[in-house]
Amino acid sequence: MSAALLIDILLWGSVFGVGLIAFRRGPSVFKASLREGSMDFINIVPRIALGVIGSGYIAAIIPQEVISGWLGPDSGWLGVATAVIAGAATPGGPVIGFSIGTVALKSGGGVPQVVAYVVAWALFAFQRVILWEIPFMPARFVWFRCAVSLPFPFVAAAIAMVIGKP
Amino acid sequence: MSEPSPKDPALAEDADSEPRPGRVRKPIGWSTIIIAALVAVSAGLVWRRDGADGVLDILTHDLSLFGGILPRVLAGCLLGAFISEILPHEKVSRALGPKSGLKGLLIGTAFGAILPGGPFTAYPVASALLAVGADFGATIAMVVSWTLIGYGRAVAWEIPIMGTDFTLWRIVISLPLPVLAGALGRFVYVRLFIRSLP
Repeated sequence: MSAALLIDILLWGSVFGVGLIAFRRGPSVFKASLREGSMDFINIVPRIALGVIGSGYIAAIIPQEVISGWLGPDSGWLGVATAVIAGAATPGGPVIGFSIGTVALKSGGGVPQVVAYVVAWALFAFQRVILWEIPFMPARFVWFRCAVSLPFPFVAAAIAMVIGKP
Repeated sequence: MSEPSPKDPALAEDADSEPRPGRVRKPIGWSTIIIAALVAVSAGLVWRRDGADGVLDILTHDLSLFGGILPRVLAGCLLGAFISEILPHEKVSRALGPKSGLKGLLIGTAFGAILPGGPFTAYPVASALLAVGADFGATIAMVVSWTLIGYGRAVAWEIPIMGTDFTLWRIVISLPLPVLAGALGRFVYVRLFIRSLP
């Protein structure tokens, strides 16, 4: 897939770029950070393994249909709140999240509710938090970040209500 | 404007109360235990519903996914390590630290928006920023900006699936959110964790 290839090129290009800067500071700096990065990698692999394999099982017991059922044409703030919970509970990657949003839009879901769903999915989707954020970031930061982000799907829905449809 | 000395009381207190997050990790924390328990229960439910075949299907699928992800995780870890090595601690804590104000939140937001790659870059780099002196507020702005206005996911997934109009409109709505989230984070953090500032 070309998008994945592009991501890999950008990614390894950035690694090469910052690696070069580090190397110019001196080979010892370069070696130290190379060792540090490899150690981080080795430490993180078990948790990524748990996240990848684990979220597959969690996703299997939360079927997609359950989530899209929560995103009915229910308007108002109760609908926004339901959308936020649905966004956090959506299993799988971006294809599933955005597809559910599209289906909700086409089947008469309110626009502010779909915005709240997409924003909540971006901020809290449990699979991304478990698989990526918790292994890489200090747990204290992750919980704090999630708690602080809680109002913002509602803020996004409010802005959507004020400025109207796309 | 002189360089802030290392004996600056605020910085010293910060260094004392914050044991350099990110770089030092416990191998197994509470989060890992809770996730492992959740996974065990879910796998048990899948086994009851679909039998051993269902469990094996998911396992093989996820193992191949895991194999595909690993090189990117390595790249992300190296990126984080290099960035934390080449970014000068003093400059980062001035630009993105607790006293960086609105400018720090805006820098965090801009950084999150232009960062290439997916979660395998965003989180190691965010962790590296924390380790070299960014505060929770600026780091929250960066993470939220990456997830809400970063171009990577929007171009690869959101535009093809949800359409250009919806995506651009959703991004415009999201523009103020990273700075607001960072500001809220900073506001709460100071009141929650740093109680006795002189």
